[in-house]
Amino acid sequence: MIQSSTSQVIKVGIAQMDVVKMPDTIRTSGLGSCVGVVLYDETKKIAGLVHVMLPDSSLARTETINEAKFANTGIRALVEKLKLAGVQPFRLKAKIAGGAQMFKFATDNDSMRIGPRNVEAVKKELSKNNIPLIAEDTGGNSGRTIEFNPESSQLMIRTVNQGVNEI
Amino acid sequence: MSKIESITSLHLDVLKEIGNIGAAHAATSLSSLLNRKIDMRVPKVEMVSFNDMMELVGGAETVVVGIYLRIEGDAQGSMFFILPIERADQFIQSLINDDLFSFSKNQVSELGLSAMQELGNILSGSYLSALSDFSGMKLYPTVPGLSVDMFGAIISTGLIEISEVSDQVIVINTSIFEEGFTNRNEVDGHFFLLPDPDSFMNIFKTLGVS
Repeated sequence: MIQSSTSQVIKVGIAQMDVVKMPDTIRTSGLGSCVGVVLYDETKKIAGLVHVMLPDSSLARTETINEAKFANTGIRALVEKLKLAGVQPFRLKAKIAGGAQMFKFATDNDSMRIGPRNVEAVKKELSKNNIPLIAEDTGGNSGRTIEFNPESSQLMIRTVNQGVNEI
Repeated sequence: MSKIESITSLHLDVLKEIGNIGAAHAATSLSSLLNRKIDMRVPKVEMVSFNDMMELVGGAETVVVGIYLRIEGDAQGSMFFILPIERADQFIQSLINDDLFSFSKNQVSELGLSAMQELGNILSGSYLSALSDFSGMKLYPTVPGLSVDMFGAIISTGLIEISEVSDQVIVINTSIFEEGFTNRNEVDGHFFLLPDPDSFMNIFKTLGVS
């Protein structure tokens, strides 16, 4: 059988999530203090990506919440979505990137430290769900664009100054 | 949340006027700094999703020079001044008299960075003081921060505060351009003013349209 070469890049926006299967890849652009969390199953070649903005849904001051916006609800919702795609949760592994501090300020405004807080919250939620964190590229003060390939389980990370990197 | 949704066209006109006054003063400051004719476009006030916000300057990955500051006082919010790299290069080249200066180099000169910082300081200062004079509101801006990076990474910094309350943002968008350029669609820079959701009622009350 000839394998189709028409693989697609599925794009995930800010505070959104999606799931892909090989040969497609999944990508999110312009991560600043946000964190891109990739959960994947190496054997089934299925991966999900959520682009979280805030650490915890308790920060929400709205009645209905967009689960993908928060680290805690976003990771839980992505696990559910992956289950629907036929993945067993105990097989899931994680790679994460983002959580930068784009601007340095003298003020101790809490929202300025949102990047590191997002990373902490993501790690906490991963360990709560017993998902091992295989690799991360977090912190610093550069924006990142990331793309995950479920076939190779590699996460490509592009920054403006350091070019392309894989983890 | 309900507050954002109850905004009428009269309210939008008031926000437009804010953009108009602020950016007109900033454009004048820029003109006299660079000794070039800088003009502005009619402000746009839009309610957009976070993802549509990314498209306002050509996508989350577009590399730009961004100045960011927080506004505290009678109204809170975030303000950005965004320039395309090539245009920022030209502005700074003429400010520091160095034709080789560029933000796309790996090692950007300190002098150029501090000139850009100062340019941001002056422009945002004139935008906000005009706004403050016009409205009578006391506004206290933080010292502006500078970043040369992907637009998505830069602008999302200003969406954090808003994202606790909403999935949409009201953006007062004013663009400036240099007069005499042939391409009329070309925009040189954007001012984005993103009032915090809690501040709208205060702004409208102060300006008598609550």
